[in-house]
Amino acid sequence: MKLRQLVLAASVVAAAASSALVSTAAYAQAKEQFFPVLPYRTGAYAPNGVPWANGYADYLKLINARDGGINGVKITFEECDTAYATDRGVECYERLKGKAQGGIFQPLSTGITFALTEKAPTDKNPLITGGYGRSESSDGGVFKWNFPLMGTYWSGADIIMQHLTKKENGNLKGKKIALVYHDSPYGKEPIPLLQERAKMQGYDLQLLPVTAPGVEQKATWLQVRQSRPDYVLLWGWGVMNSAALKEAVATGYPREKMYGVWWSAAEPDVKDVGEAAKGYSGLVATGPGGKVLEDIKKHVHDKKQGTGPADEVGTTLYNRGMVSAALAVEGVRAAQDRFGKGKVMNGDQIRWGLENLNMDDKALKKLGLDTVMKPLSTSCLDHEGSRTARVHTWDGKKWNYASDWIEADTTIIKPLVKQFADKYAAEKKLTRRTPADCQS
Amino acid sequence: MFYRENGQFKTSYKADQQIFPIAQDRWGVLLIVAFAFFAVPLLADEYMMRAILIPFLILSLAALGVNILVGYCGQISLGSGAFMAVGAYAAFNCWVRLEGIPLIAALLVGGFFATLVGIFFGIPSLRVKGLYLSVATLAAQFFCDWAFLRIKWFTNDSASGTASVANLTAFGFDVVTPLQKYIFCLSVLVVFGVLAKNLVRGAIGREWMAIRDMDVAAAVIGIRPMYAKLSAFAVSSFIVGVAGALWAFIYLGSWEPAAFSVDRSFQLLFMVILGGMGSIMGSFFGAAFIVILPIAINIVLPVIGSWVGVEVSTAALTHAEQIIFGALIVWFLIVEPHGLAKLWSVGKQKMRVWPFPH
Repeated sequence: MKLRQLVLAASVVAAAASSALVSTAAYAQAKEQFFPVLPYRTGAYAPNGVPWANGYADYLKLINARDGGINGVKITFEECDTAYATDRGVECYERLKGKAQGGIFQPLSTGITFALTEKAPTDKNPLITGGYGRSESSDGGVFKWNFPLMGTYWSGADIIMQHLTKKENGNLKGKKIALVYHDSPYGKEPIPLLQERAKMQGYDLQLLPVTAPGVEQKATWLQVRQSRPDYVLLWGWGVMNSAALKEAVATGYPREKMYGVWWSAAEPDVKDVGEAAKGYSGLVATGPGGKVLEDIKKHVHDKKQGTGPADEVGTTLYNRGMVSAALAVEGVRAAQDRFGKGKVMNGDQIRWGLENLNMDDKALKKLGLDTVMKPLSTSCLDHEGSRTARVHTWDGKKWNYASDWIEADTTIIKPLVKQFADKYAAEKKLTRRTPADCQS
Repeated sequence: MFYRENGQFKTSYKADQQIFPIAQDRWGVLLIVAFAFFAVPLLADEYMMRAILIPFLILSLAALGVNILVGYCGQISLGSGAFMAVGAYAAFNCWVRLEGIPLIAALLVGGFFATLVGIFFGIPSLRVKGLYLSVATLAAQFFCDWAFLRIKWFTNDSASGTASVANLTAFGFDVVTPLQKYIFCLSVLVVFGVLAKNLVRGAIGREWMAIRDMDVAAAVIGIRPMYAKLSAFAVSSFIVGVAGALWAFIYLGSWEPAAFSVDRSFQLLFMVILGGMGSIMGSFFGAAFIVILPIAINIVLPVIGSWVGVEVSTAALTHAEQIIFGALIVWFLIVEPHGLAKLWSVGKQKMRVWPFPH
């Protein structure tokens, strides 16, 4: 009886204390730029989420350790684990957004991106969705706060199709192409572009959804076996990728004809399958490591400050997380160039910075990123910046580059972006931004 | 001593039949409602409102609906997430296809369609009971997951399969800021709470409870099982449907079917079991336990860690949250199998006899 009362009393006190903590936690710090981080280190997608999050955190630590912050403004950051769940992601967003006058959010989940897209404009928090999120949000005229930097899913799909077209000597007419996709907003994103290209190029597109999280794919691969498509495009995430490869082995579908998007072609996806995944190809938007990775080893890992294991540095998803953090940091730096070096930037100012990114070869070289990413420059209307990737192939032990950088064809993507962005604007009763608004 | 009805004489049937016959209860509940309407907006900051209180209110409403079916009528259902989804998508279709429809009307239409689907999937309850019924209602879950993922019409032909709404207004007021949303959800919850409390006190509620306690005996004394069971499914799924529409419209703003997955059904069922089956109050306790506790653990643990000089990593934090949360569920179920509502009534009884427990 005593124990019960004690625990009850303790829980009441804990509840009261937590509410007090929540309200006192919201304070702004001077001379420190706060970076909220929404990773997932737990849940079904953790194997892929963890390297990304480690790369992200390591780069932020590097900026503090190597450069002493952004023009002297130290970076602070806090993680809130979303487990890839939309409602938890929204809670984390609400929790972290109060800790600064605007910060850059990168949820690494298309579902959370959709939910935050509705909230970001009122809260004035820029969203970077590098390589994911809404494809039409590359239209900055409608999506003022979204930045799908370094390529959307439409760009990704376009790059794969260009690669396949080249492989088939320019003619895909009559070919059968199957899209095996995660049945969620993420997996459905490339469909409009693939359909558009099917109309142009005359190939036959087959859509094969896989129910999330994608552990069970027998039915899907039975369909693949029946229809024997010429190519399979894999749009999976987390456990779905390795499960798909295992099913491909089981059904005898050649891995050489499977192409994954950049989220389906990293080390965790093929590691468990090993030799059997040999020949599987996928996109990669980051290049091999260079100076920046040495810096991370020197300034972060050698000082025992590394977020994850040291041998993870330089893997595909780690690099992706690192580059995502670099984009956020450069957005703040660009904002400081205009609004005052060495000052803490607010959400509106950071958005301006992200809209006026100009990371050319020289700037990248200075940051040590020149081998990791391609030059990128954004504008008020183009929030995507760059849309290039290359294909790499798994040889059973490691990924090898199989193509040069391919740039997505904007003549196909641009009209689609306009059409979908206009539809969104009409639904939400938004008007396009005026040129004057672009200056602000 | 603090809580006893001595000296409160009922001189009319009306006084005897009111919802809270004891004055302390009456005033207590009124005070809580007044506190929620007037004091909370002053005390709570934006994070509390948007991330904790609004989901708590909406899921309380959903748990209330599930409690009518599971707690009062004894029909175990795992289809609650599906009924929420039906409510959300019906309200959404109404909202985008009928120009200028009021928000309240859209929510009620969502509830109406959830009722239809609920009655349809309640039909197996006429033949099967208990665990078998819960498996049968799982069909609703899988069917709705499938329908809202694959049938494009439901999501207004959105390419990515997500639905989203914005610029909500009700009765000429905007429902945009956290405060407005909070007040809106609270008003809906109060209305449905009073309605539900009255329903379960009335003839129909007694029929449900009779069916729950022993359906053969209930049939013998003249209660029609079909009517009683299907009406419980109807009322329950109406409330759950409205809650689903609120969850989508007010809390998420943009959603996909995963927001109403089978996890949500389990979550609602656990709320009812933990909070107290067959208790309106229990729905609120259960929702508070399931919604607020994990977040509270997640926020408090790093602070406690910093007191003792331990830095808790993000992954360890989430794992610890789940372990502690799971342990607490088990602990509460062992200590009080009848739920938190029972603890509450035990507490009231203690107050009543204090300071002379014997």
